[in-house]
Amino acid sequence: MAETAEASEAAGRAEPRGRVVEGLRAYRLIAAMWIRSTMAYRTSFVLTTFGNFAMTALDFVAILLMFSRVDALGGWSLGEVALLYGLSGISFGLADLAIGSMDRLGRRVRDGTLDTLLVRPAPMLAQVAADRFALRRLGRVTQGLLVLGYALVVVDVDWTVAKLLLMPVMLLGGAGIFAAVFVAAGAFQFVAQDASEVANAFTYGGMTMLQYPPTVFALDLVRGVTFVVPLAFVNWLPACFVLDRPYPLDLPGWVAFAPPLVAVACGALAGLAWRAGLRSYRSTGS
Amino acid sequence: MGVGSGRLYAAVAAGGFRRYATYRVATAAGVFTNTVFGLILVYTYLALWDERPQLGGYDQAQAVTFVWLGQALLAALAIGGGGFEDELMERIRTGDIAVDLYRPADLQLWWLAADAGRAVFQLLGRGVVPFAFGSLFFPVALPREVSTWAAFLVAVGLGALVSFALRYLVALSAFWLMDGTGMLHMAWIAGLFCSGMLLPLNVFPGALGEVVRALPWSSLLQAPADVLLGEAAPLGTFVFQAAWAVALLAVGRLVQSAATRRVVVQGG
Repeated sequence: MAETAEASEAAGRAEPRGRVVEGLRAYRLIAAMWIRSTMAYRTSFVLTTFGNFAMTALDFVAILLMFSRVDALGGWSLGEVALLYGLSGISFGLADLAIGSMDRLGRRVRDGTLDTLLVRPAPMLAQVAADRFALRRLGRVTQGLLVLGYALVVVDVDWTVAKLLLMPVMLLGGAGIFAAVFVAAGAFQFVAQDASEVANAFTYGGMTMLQYPPTVFALDLVRGVTFVVPLAFVNWLPACFVLDRPYPLDLPGWVAFAPPLVAVACGALAGLAWRAGLRSYRSTGS
Repeated sequence: MGVGSGRLYAAVAAGGFRRYATYRVATAAGVFTNTVFGLILVYTYLALWDERPQLGGYDQAQAVTFVWLGQALLAALAIGGGGFEDELMERIRTGDIAVDLYRPADLQLWWLAADAGRAVFQLLGRGVVPFAFGSLFFPVALPREVSTWAAFLVAVGLGALVSFALRYLVALSAFWLMDGTGMLHMAWIAGLFCSGMLLPLNVFPGALGEVVRALPWSSLLQAPADVLLGEAAPLGTFVFQAAWAVALLAVGRLVQSAATRRVVVQGG
């Protein structure tokens, strides 16, 4: 609690500060508090970090098991699927690390503890995002990095400057897109508190889908994740560029470089949804 | 166990059912999510069986059925955990468990009854719709004989018993670890990997396949699925599941008595 008190005090000071800076500071303080709190149970922390790593590795084990029986899936080799997997895992892992606790918002609305956050002089989004900040989620990022490393060793990519530049751009853009989905899912919980599980269909479901080649899925499904919830920009389209593969849905070549723009657009929409959600919030009153 | 205590546990089970039935929006959200996951998985399985028809002895329709069965049983059999263990662990951590031990009811039976009520609700509330969706929109292999469906339901029931016994052990670990999150994660991994949820166990290669099929988790999804798909003899499957259920419930008893002695020491 010391840190939150400190945060309130800092935010309460008269000096003018940008709301973003203030939010980031609050975020950092709350996250630091949760890290300290987690470290009180060290055995459990080690187990959960390993668990997080193993849990995410499990998906890749499934892919390895599949490839122990086949040579290609939807026309893609193991190395190419591993590339998709690593990119999807890292992007999702970064977003999950940063704001993965958004699904607790519904619970806070239900039990009334959201009111506590409202009276604190720090931006709501920063508080909710940092709630239960969990370092163990680095397990997923680490695992994604390992698989990506493996893929880059195995796959014979014809590297160009554009492709090299695209790699970090798509990872950050992808994390941004997933983060926007998390925020939108949080906003949705202002309306339907018990429906936090719907978000899993888009976050975890989306991540799982992106681990497999687009050629595997029905066209309507691919259209849905390109034009409705634009997850295809996280890794499918940039990876097609890197691997010199045909794009799904015959999309033009430049879309591979669109992830940052898509992330910004999604972020803006998610931000609007968040504001609308927060405005519509009525306390339980108890 | 007398008639009176039988009624007590029936009431607890009914309470478990009603408790989960209360959250209709959450149930609808769960149904939606299970259906989306089913959709994603079914296409990966279709691609896999396109490459290798008859993989693991299943044809494509059986593989598709397996996917939707997995989504239907995921919540009911708490394959990835969920249900009562979070709550029991919290009671152990806070010490509320001492009050539970005072009650004139058996701890293991009490939680078993509550979990059975939950399982029945989630089978109906969360299982039926995704399965019906899958059966309508994808080619599935379903048996015509009523007896096969009945045998399938028995296998699901026994699977629920094994699932409870496993999760009870996980929950009791909180007596020693206090914060059980790590154990929950481990149980989650074992549940998904060894039950067939990740990939049907008959697709696992060689010795790994032999091992996972012999472990208790195969009772959760693989066993009922193989009964429904006509790939396993019902009686042999029941014996396998029942043996694991009895063994794990007995271990749960032993651990419980060891843990209870610990509570008395703490409280003294």
